Amino acid sequence: MAAVPGDISVTPPSGAMAARLAHRRSRIVREKAIELVLFLAAMVSVFTTAGIVYVLVKESVAFFQHVPLLDFLTDTQWTPLFDDAHFGIVVLLSGTLTSSLVALAIAIPLGTFIAIYLSEFAPFSVREVAKPFLELLGGVPTIIYGYFALLFITPILQWFYPELPGFNLLSAGIVMGIMIVPYVASISEDAMRAVPMSLREGSYAMGATRYQTAIKVVVPAAFSGIASAYILGISRAVGETMILAVAAGMQPNLTLNPLEPAATITAYIVQVALGDLPHGSVGYQTIFAAGLTLMLFTLACNVAGHMLRKAFRETY
Amino acid sequence: MSYARDLTAIRALIARHKRWDHVFALCGLAALMVGVLTFTALFADMAIDGIPRLNWEFLTNFPSRRPAQAGILSAWVGTCLVMLVTAFFAVPLGVATGIYLEEYAPKNWVTDIIEINITNLAGVPSIVYGLLALGLFVYQFGFGQSILSAGLTLALLILPVVIVATRESIRAIPQGIREGAYALGGTQWQVCRDHIIPYSSAGILTGVIIGMARAIGETAPVITIGALTFIAFLPPAPVGAEAPFISFDWVMSPFTVMPIQMFNWTSRPEAAFLQNAAAAGFILVLMTLAMNGLAIYLRYRIRRNIKW
Repeated sequence: MAAVPGDISVTPPSGAMAARLAHRRSRIVREKAIELVLFLAAMVSVFTTAGIVYVLVKESVAFFQHVPLLDFLTDTQWTPLFDDAHFGIVVLLSGTLTSSLVALAIAIPLGTFIAIYLSEFAPFSVREVAKPFLELLGGVPTIIYGYFALLFITPILQWFYPELPGFNLLSAGIVMGIMIVPYVASISEDAMRAVPMSLREGSYAMGATRYQTAIKVVVPAAFSGIASAYILGISRAVGETMILAVAAGMQPNLTLNPLEPAATITAYIVQVALGDLPHGSVGYQTIFAAGLTLMLFTLACNVAGHMLRKAFRETY
Repeated sequence: MSYARDLTAIRALIARHKRWDHVFALCGLAALMVGVLTFTALFADMAIDGIPRLNWEFLTNFPSRRPAQAGILSAWVGTCLVMLVTAFFAVPLGVATGIYLEEYAPKNWVTDIIEINITNLAGVPSIVYGLLALGLFVYQFGFGQSILSAGLTLALLILPVVIVATRESIRAIPQGIREGAYALGGTQWQVCRDHIIPYSSAGILTGVIIGMARAIGETAPVITIGALTFIAFLPPAPVGAEAPFISFDWVMSPFTVMPIQMFNWTSRPEAAFLQNAAAAGFILVLMTLAMNGLAIYLRYRIRRNIKW
């Protein structure tokens, strides 16, 4: 071809030129079409959120036409499938709260220690082995953790405390805590790694030891990140399902005592789904009302966690 | 005299502080060991209870009321088919979203909304996805309690994982590659197709494997859809002997998956069923560990081999 690219001479388009223009036009159209397809793919996540909100709100509105909101929040019994139906979400919340507290009592100290150790103390080789290992630990299916809680941890706990029932919030909470440890540890470690080296060097130059530097300089500097790890851990614990469904029993029980069996919001949803409730009944709608409660709670946690996380990213 | 005393005092102080260093390092190591021990105990527990139960019949038998004859045939076939549907939806959607956000998206409020959405979806509890699927796929769209519903649900669940992995590996490609391709007259899509996608494919693969490993183990959303726990038949075969040879009846078939089968056996009181649960769990753990291990290895290889 003799034509110079980008030729802007004023001669009217001849045959070859017109063909090239047409080619270019089709190319532009194709580019736009591809961009549109990619954009639509990206919008799927927005549609998913919209779908979740739509489904939860639609079924919950139907539910709250049967059950006043005040009863839902203040009743102290949860017996949606009985003739004398009561819908006190507090009962399920107490199970969720208790098991989550046990999980956090395990996950926060362990996760923080591991994070500080990996970020400030561990030699390179340990870190190279430990991080993938933690990732593997976080990848184990939760149903496996449930089995482990029911048939390994509970018997061990019963050995110390024989009156412990076979289903209890304690063993489920402990295992749930261990499940969350990798999550808390990796986010906290990221936050500590983001603390600039000059802060540590300044501290060492003043004669501080590693321990003093870690506790008095790095941890406070990374605090918003560590806090976000805790909050995201809470949201994980609250949303966890299978460990509780397997190991904590499915009996609604208004209690804050981890030694008792109790159902959580998530375990209740599983229990109803396993049964055969007709579509559109009040029993069917309860799981969406319970799901909405769960969703609102975790959403609040996630938003707070991400805002804190962003804060530590922006500082340095 | 007092100078020497000060010196010994300072030395004692330093020694005391150094000791705290060691104590703390030991605490960290101990915390790490709790994780290691739990993991070992979990794996050993599954292996000891489950391995005696593993044999060929276990893989080729349907579930049964008699624990000794029960097997996981319908469960592993179901898991494979659901994973097929999941990958079919999650991979193209996730990769396309990743490319759009990194290469195409303008900086405006629409893009912000998409990004916030993805971050939020990653934190939504999996059971809420199950509720979404129950309300939308099962009843609204009329897919029923089928492999299609489950595959779609799990695809949405792992979408954030695939998207984040895609974005991270695209971001690692130096700007010079794009500029070189544009300088030669490539269009935006040509640059993506011939450069961005091939160079980021290993990283995307890592993300896809991690996502699939998660999907294999997910129980709660699939139970919420209403997957049956006792399935003594296989879905229709995808390949037939007569024309048109390929049938898609299987996507609408009822099904069960490995974790649900395991959950079902775990909730039985008989010890023999618990043994079955351990055997199924052992296979499940092996699968997820192998997949996660592969992903970690791939990532390690990428980090070592690619030098831009």
